Amino acid sequence: MKPAPFAYCRPATLDEALDALARLGPDARVLAGGQSLVPALNMRLAQPSALVDINRVPGLDGIRLAPEGLVIGALARQEAVLRSPLVARHAPLIAQAMPHVAHLALRTRGTLGGSLALGDPAAELPACAVALDAVIRVARRGGEREVPAARFFRGIYATALEPGEILTAAVVPLRDASWRFHFGELARRHGDYALVGLATAARLDGGAIAEARLVFAGVGLTPVRATRGEAALVGRRPDAAALAAAGRALDADLDPPSDVHASAALRRHLARVLLARALAALVGAA
Amino acid sequence: MDARPEVEIALIVNGVPVRRRVEARKSLVDFLREDLELTGSHVGCEQGVCGACTLRVDGALARGCLMLAAQCDGSRVETIEGVAEAGEIADLQRAFAEANALQCGFCTPAMLLTADALLRDDPDLDATSARRGLSGNYCRCTGYHAIVDAVLAAARARREASRG
Repeated sequence: MKPAPFAYCRPATLDEALDALARLGPDARVLAGGQSLVPALNMRLAQPSALVDINRVPGLDGIRLAPEGLVIGALARQEAVLRSPLVARHAPLIAQAMPHVAHLALRTRGTLGGSLALGDPAAELPACAVALDAVIRVARRGGEREVPAARFFRGIYATALEPGEILTAAVVPLRDASWRFHFGELARRHGDYALVGLATAARLDGGAIAEARLVFAGVGLTPVRATRGEAALVGRRPDAAALAAAGRALDADLDPPSDVHASAALRRHLARVLLARALAALVGAA
Repeated sequence: MDARPEVEIALIVNGVPVRRRVEARKSLVDFLREDLELTGSHVGCEQGVCGACTLRVDGALARGCLMLAAQCDGSRVETIEGVAEAGEIADLQRAFAEANALQCGFCTPAMLLTADALLRDDPDLDATSARRGLSGNYCRCTGYHAIVDAVLAAARARREASRG
């Protein structure tokens, strides 16, 4: 189980990396943390002609507060995100999700940008990005563009990234203290991909839910926003009646797959379990 | 910048400067085992799941099968050979032996390095966090109880030693 041969380069700047991608064409891939790409290479599921290793490109691994929000650089290692006081304070949903991401020896290498650019529908960070209305920053030759997370994930391992582009950061908008967050996940073993995951963001007003985001991982081709479930929560206190109403609504929101890991019926059940946990956490935080 | 199928790399392995020419597709663990004859890092699943190839790159735990040797140009790599010879984990090694925490030994080098990282991060770790922290390392003999016992024994000993 060894990769097919490929060419390799390690540019020293973002411009060099963009030039290399342009020159090498669409069969070249960006190598960031490599914790998903390298297994795919080893199994020859991916056979790129070349890898452009961006690990030594400076300035892409920062985590900083800016007027537009918390800017997490694409090369910020998952372990650094997990331990970041800025993330804990300004993006607590992501802080809660990080311990579910793989294991220490993978988080030390795996990156925030890699998780987003891969677009695995069972992964934690894409669901968080959608629940937080994050903005994905993308560099291209001669410019930059921004894509809202809600429009970034297009299908299994498919994103809005175009050939020649490099994801450079995720910007998480800052929320005031009326917002509460919860991340929950059920997996066969700790560190495995989620059977179902749920990223919840809710704005509370006088103990009632004024606004809600319920974004599920592992139940579709992309992170899935349960808009009917969200609507069922609005105006209610996070109590048993709200859970029952939103739980019923989830049946229409979610059409999860059956696969070797779990049946669709089990995933529907687990989605409700996670919703119950999220609402219980909202009560605790209210 | 040209992309090449072979690259020159210079790195520090267990404190020793090494310079080699490698195929770009060669994994770090294959480079260590085949080119440097450091066979303590084991190759199991080659997809990051089993943990047998776990080692340190620039001081941080990493999977040797999920890094290319080419990426390690300029890096400091530490394997079980270097860490054990330096005496850094002698207490863990002793605890593993005393708790009968290795049977075939295939997972042991990576278990030791992972356990050491867990203990450095949390000297007070309990059985639950030890199990969680080791859950990325598979033991094909399924001897997990003894491994957790050994890690907890080493944790106790390190705490007592630090209290002096």
